[in-house]
Amino acid sequence: MTFQQPRVETSPKVSDEIRQTTCYMCACRCGINVHMKDGKVAYIEGNRDHPVNKGVLCAKGSAGIMQVNAPSRLKAPLKRVGPRGSGEFEEISWDEALEIAAGWLEPIRKDDPSKLAFFTGRDQSQSFTGFWAQNFGTCNYAAHGGFCSVNMATAGIYTMGGAFWEFGQPDWDHTKLFMLFGVAEDHDSNPIKMGLGKIKARGARVIGVNPIRSGYNAIADDWVGITPGTDGLFILALVHELMKAGKIDLDYLSRYTNAPVLVNQDPNSPDKGLFLRDDHGTPLVINRKTGKLAPFDMKGVRPDLGGSFKMGDITHVSVFQLMAERYLKDEYSPEAVAERCGIPAKRIRAIAAELARVAFDEAFELDQEWTDFRGETHSKMIGRPVAMHAMRGVSAHANGFQTCRALHVLQILLGTVEAPGGFRFKPPYPKPVEAHPAPHCRVTPNKPLDGPHLGFVHGPEHLALKSDGSPARIDKAFTWENPMSSHGLMHMVISNAHAGDPYKIDTLFMYMANMSWNSSMNTGGVIDMLTDKGEDGEYKIPRIIYSDAYSSEMVAYADLILPDTTYLERHDCISMLDRPICEADGAADAIRWPVIEPDRDVRGFQTVLVQLANKMKLPGFTAEDGNAKWQDYADYIVNHERKPGIGPLAGFRGPDGDKSGRGEPNPEQLDKYIKNGGFFVEHIPAEASYFKPWNRAYQDWAVDLGLYDSPQPYLFQLYVEPMRKFQLAAEGHGERQPPEHLRQRIKDTMDPLPIWYETDQQGNEGFTVNALTQRPMAMYHSWGTQNAWLRQLHGRNPLYLPTKLMRKHDLNDGDWARVSSPHGEITVPVMEMAALNDNTVWTWNAIGKRKGTWALEENAPEATKGFLLNHLIHELLPPKGDGLRWANSDPITGQAAWFDLKVKIEKAGAPEDFTESQPALEPIKSPVGTGPKDLTWKVGK
Amino acid sequence: MHPAPSVILFTTLSGLGFGLLTFLGLGYPGVTGWVAFVFYAIAYALAVGGLLASTFHLGRPERALKAFSQWKTSWLSREGLCAVAALMVMGLFALGAIFLQQDWRLLGILGAALSLATVFTTSMIYTQLKTIPRWNMALTPVMFLSVSLAGGALLAGKESWAIWLLLLAGAVQLAYWGKGDGAFAASGTTMKTATGLGGNLGAKQSGATVRAFEPPHTGSNYLLREFVYVVGRKHAFKLRAIALTLGFALPILFLALPMENLLIKHLMAGFAVLSHMIGVAVSRWLFFAQAEHVVGLYYGKR
Amino acid sequence: MTELPTNTAKKMGLVIDLDTCVGCHACVISCKGWNTENYGAPLSDQDAYGADPSGTFLNRVHSFEVQPAATPSQPDPAAQLIHFPKSCLHCEDAPCVTVCPTGASYKRIEDGIVLVNEDNCIGCGLCAWSCPYGARELDLAEGVMKKCTLCVDRIYNDNLPEVDRVPSCVRSCPAGARHFGDLGDPNSEVSKLVADRGGMDLMPEMGTKPVNKYLPPRPKDQLEEQIDVLAPLLAPVTETPGGFLGWLDKALDRLPGQTSDQSSGGQA
Repeated sequence: MTFQQPRVETSPKVSDEIRQTTCYMCACRCGINVHMKDGKVAYIEGNRDHPVNKGVLCAKGSAGIMQVNAPSRLKAPLKRVGPRGSGEFEEISWDEALEIAAGWLEPIRKDDPSKLAFFTGRDQSQSFTGFWAQNFGTCNYAAHGGFCSVNMATAGIYTMGGAFWEFGQPDWDHTKLFMLFGVAEDHDSNPIKMGLGKIKARGARVIGVNPIRSGYNAIADDWVGITPGTDGLFILALVHELMKAGKIDLDYLSRYTNAPVLVNQDPNSPDKGLFLRDDHGTPLVINRKTGKLAPFDMKGVRPDLGGSFKMGDITHVSVFQLMAERYLKDEYSPEAVAERCGIPAKRIRAIAAELARVAFDEAFELDQEWTDFRGETHSKMIGRPVAMHAMRGVSAHANGFQTCRALHVLQILLGTVEAPGGFRFKPPYPKPVEAHPAPHCRVTPNKPLDGPHLGFVHGPEHLALKSDGSPARIDKAFTWENPMSSHGLMHMVISNAHAGDPYKIDTLFMYMANMSWNSSMNTGGVIDMLTDKGEDGEYKIPRIIYSDAYSSEMVAYADLILPDTTYLERHDCISMLDRPICEADGAADAIRWPVIEPDRDVRGFQTVLVQLANKMKLPGFTAEDGNAKWQDYADYIVNHERKPGIGPLAGFRGPDGDKSGRGEPNPEQLDKYIKNGGFFVEHIPAEASYFKPWNRAYQDWAVDLGLYDSPQPYLFQLYVEPMRKFQLAAEGHGERQPPEHLRQRIKDTMDPLPIWYETDQQGNEGFTVNALTQRPMAMYHSWGTQNAWLRQLHGRNPLYLPTKLMRKHDLNDGDWARVSSPHGEITVPVMEMAALNDNTVWTWNAIGKRKGTWALEENAPEATKGFLLNHLIHELLPPKGDGLRWANSDPITGQAAWFDLKVKIEKAGAPEDFTESQPALEPIKSPVGTGPKDLTWKVGK
Repeated sequence: MHPAPSVILFTTLSGLGFGLLTFLGLGYPGVTGWVAFVFYAIAYALAVGGLLASTFHLGRPERALKAFSQWKTSWLSREGLCAVAALMVMGLFALGAIFLQQDWRLLGILGAALSLATVFTTSMIYTQLKTIPRWNMALTPVMFLSVSLAGGALLAGKESWAIWLLLLAGAVQLAYWGKGDGAFAASGTTMKTATGLGGNLGAKQSGATVRAFEPPHTGSNYLLREFVYVVGRKHAFKLRAIALTLGFALPILFLALPMENLLIKHLMAGFAVLSHMIGVAVSRWLFFAQAEHVVGLYYGKR
Repeated sequence: MTELPTNTAKKMGLVIDLDTCVGCHACVISCKGWNTENYGAPLSDQDAYGADPSGTFLNRVHSFEVQPAATPSQPDPAAQLIHFPKSCLHCEDAPCVTVCPTGASYKRIEDGIVLVNEDNCIGCGLCAWSCPYGARELDLAEGVMKKCTLCVDRIYNDNLPEVDRVPSCVRSCPAGARHFGDLGDPNSEVSKLVADRGGMDLMPEMGTKPVNKYLPPRPKDQLEEQIDVLAPLLAPVTETPGGFLGWLDKALDRLPGQTSDQSSGGQA
């Protein structure tokens, strides 16, 4: 039989042109091919050559076309004409907008630069915005790390000179057991999915530790539905089991960690708990070959893990001995922790056994010679195929820092960090804490700040305190309340500025941070603070400048709006000075460039900062002849040098564009990037690819590339000495002393070896159910909602309840529940989820929207059914009756403790009993109107 | 299934129209002239009206003519052809009866056969669908044909036949509901066969249960609008009682009541027809609304 | 044309790995993007920024919860969540083709892809009614039936690099949970995957003979049952803390390189 099929055009022209740039639909920074037809964006796909995504692309990335045409895009600079929060604006010119902004900022600079608080949200240009703030002279600058995952980042860097986040990755090609802790589904998203795919293709095991079995945890071979906030306890039980069984990598510990370093044990010494050091300050160990003291980095030394040394009357024992004394105790046994963690002891033991089996019985060798920092050559690289990864889930608790530390200690005990099959750093990491700057906070009128704002404290001497001991920064970062707050505390800025505590500010300048909605705890409270007026009738936060590309909830609460471009209309650099796109096998950075021109009167925010700086003639932006150094951000990207030869972009430097890392600025640099697909990558030589902190070849390579100025080998810090220094201060040693009310807490929490403690439950009586949020893989923060395709995937967010709680409260899918915390109450629709910890509820983050925002109609499900859990979370803990403000955050880093939320649940009614989630806030007047009814989007003919 | 007014009107009206045409083709009543004109006008109004109504649910009605091409495989195509053939043959037959006072018997029988075939092909559009177990039964064409014939007899004024045919159709209707209620379960299609989950996780887990969690999109879609329609059990019972009463019981009662007065008799016949039509329309609403498409399993809905 | 070919030269299709899919919807949106811009009418959206947004999608990701039965060794097994992408399965015995009254729906003889010739589609919806899998959606703006084309305008497209001649969903899938190939060739990679992993048909009782196959999730939460094998791994080296240091001393002695300068890298 013959069939008369229609002739199908199987080779249609795909596009006129492909423009390759970097995605910004989330923080993942994948390479994209933007297919153009008739000068318009027709289709977006992943760039196969790109180091991050190697061709794949997530739902957000593919939906970029709907972001670029989103009706929510702001159209022109706006000046507030109604009261704050009304949404009443008038469009103004850029000249007028810059005039207004400079008119507010210049007097501050001359008088007291710290009256400007400049905080950026999902900023991918922190090295630039920080540079701007530093040259303005204010000490009040940070991005959003403080309420994101600073515990993870800081614990990683203090412990092992690098963190999970996107700064490292499992050795996807070799690992045989991958253990994933509390990872929301959006960070480093495509690389994790690609890695899981590789592991799955090999049939290797994935263990997911997460109260919620969704996303990555749904494909985990074994799921540990842990009780939120107890990860640290679970991990220390694994440590207990592994140490007890001797299933730890003694060779690795003795060579590459401070386990053999000797610690002062004199109870009366001001040096108690500090390392024994030689005259050069190098920590000392016992050399097993001689039985004598030796600097840890001496050639040929064999550090003794069990070493002890008596110097005069003072006993010194090794860190490892201290660890054995602590973790072998029964209080860390599986039986002791099982109930609190919600994991049977048998299960904990099975996991410990599996870790031991894979790390040691399935160890393997790579036939690759390498030389360590002591000069010793190893003929092989020993692989320990156990990899771990963690993120906000373990981080966003008030015990998160210590939990993250515990996790790294577990990895290190198994010898799996930077070993083949384990966890690998991505350049510019590894980088010891000493190679990072310390925080700077000295403000001088009309002068730049004395150094970079953010950094890593080594002890009380680095705290950002004024001479009277009061906090130097508006967010109270680097104070006794949270000494190691390396990312600042963006979530405290509005609350502190409103309270005038520690001082009043004049102008709040924010970028891409939806503070009056999903980016704040205590959303309603923040709205009140932003609109609150003093007795003089002036706003308590006198001026607010805000930059955003879209009609977000925050727009209505600013006085001046500087409209940003979309990601396809702008220059950006994803810089090695910042959060680059490196992979474990290579250093890489990338750019964005305007693949289309804006059709609105908008400007890239960074260009606006350059223009503002030029208008105010900020040092750093102004040449000696008084002229502006750069006209716009692209100009800055190419021509700025942080140090001679080192600029924002590492690739194609030098007059001929053939230098990598170090080299003179190259005027053709951006064109070279564009020709190369929007990125630059420099591969790490094979002999340098593992054991990087101690690998000479890597250290030399990193110096050549400009990542360091000199080799920086270091030991992993199982024992973090800077923490001990804060404890010593709390014990009364040293000049800088904590306030009395914080002494005990510092002693208790800043233990130099990982501990677990129950987070503060005072005032939480009766609220017993853990409540979490996570972000869907197809949505990023609040951005997905304005996207016509993505909002169909997640247009509302039920509160997911475990089967047990559904039955207990007689709830069915679609019923309404009243959910309350000591701080507030919401009424929301519920849905049953069986694959969930029995005492945990959760919802998707930032699906709920305020009426009138994001160019949605007011009856959009996001604004009626959608809701925020944020209403239940306060930035402060319930009052303790001591008249003090206790932050709802980690006492070490200040990380916002989102996931400590505990709630009470009651049935509120059947589906028809409510039409809207509560609280339902008043609509805001939209500065952009609403979108079209129907879409038939096709660019080509 | 979504009980779209267009398809309910279509199956109700055209079933009745072609039922009447069947009887007219067979010569019951053997009318001519003006009386024939009235009968044929009613039959064509119903049949053609129904067919026209059916085009309202087309996305591109202007291309409807293309639907005649695939008679080899498509019941919808066959139905279209049958309908056109029946209408043409019966049209010729009607011309003979109205204007020429002729009774072209063979043509009439052919027309009657084509009319019945049209009803049968209509029913086969639904019956063929394995995806809708409640339709995928031999009783479906029996139900369509018996209802069409009963309605035809009623309209044709063949009261004595109509009573028996209505009784039969009512019985078939009851049987159809009875069997239909168990059809989904009997089809063997479950969430487990739809997903392959629950039974395939190793012998140890063969007792597993599967439930739908979140739908793919929180937004609605064509499939949910078209295929997932939930009728409450009580509501359905009430509607069935109404359909049975109006569609069959009352018309039988109206016909069976001994009436001497011709006017009242005609009036009663008129009531019987009206009642029957409403009853059948309700039954057809249920036919669609209660039909559960297996795709609902993917959404945890039937 | 609505007659099905008796056999097709190839059986091109997808193999979807339910053990690997994390439910990220990448395939869904990538499909939406490609097919809005390419084959036939764009995939439209209605009420795009309003109360009841809906649109035409050719691929959607469902999710199901599986509750394993209790066993003596696992009296309280955890529920499992399975993400489940679904698009046209390009059935060998495709009912959507034979029911079509206009011949708009057809199955290609050369590769078995089921397509809709939109110029001939009257939008009657019967093909969607006949499909057990919900693979077809009527586009409300265009009034014609839309369905997965297996990216017929990509897989043979001379304007694309050879490596990109796969369906858009397959190219995009970050986890590599989607595989494309000829399921009629027993030696193809996809056929081998199906054989190795017990690939299955959806609703086999429908008799549609789907070309696309699904790889079932691997057994989960089995670790504790392997504890007997693993137990010796955790045998304590000693019962007292002091004993631990004694063990340590001996263990360190056994490490290569502790007493001489030979190269090292051994394990505990």
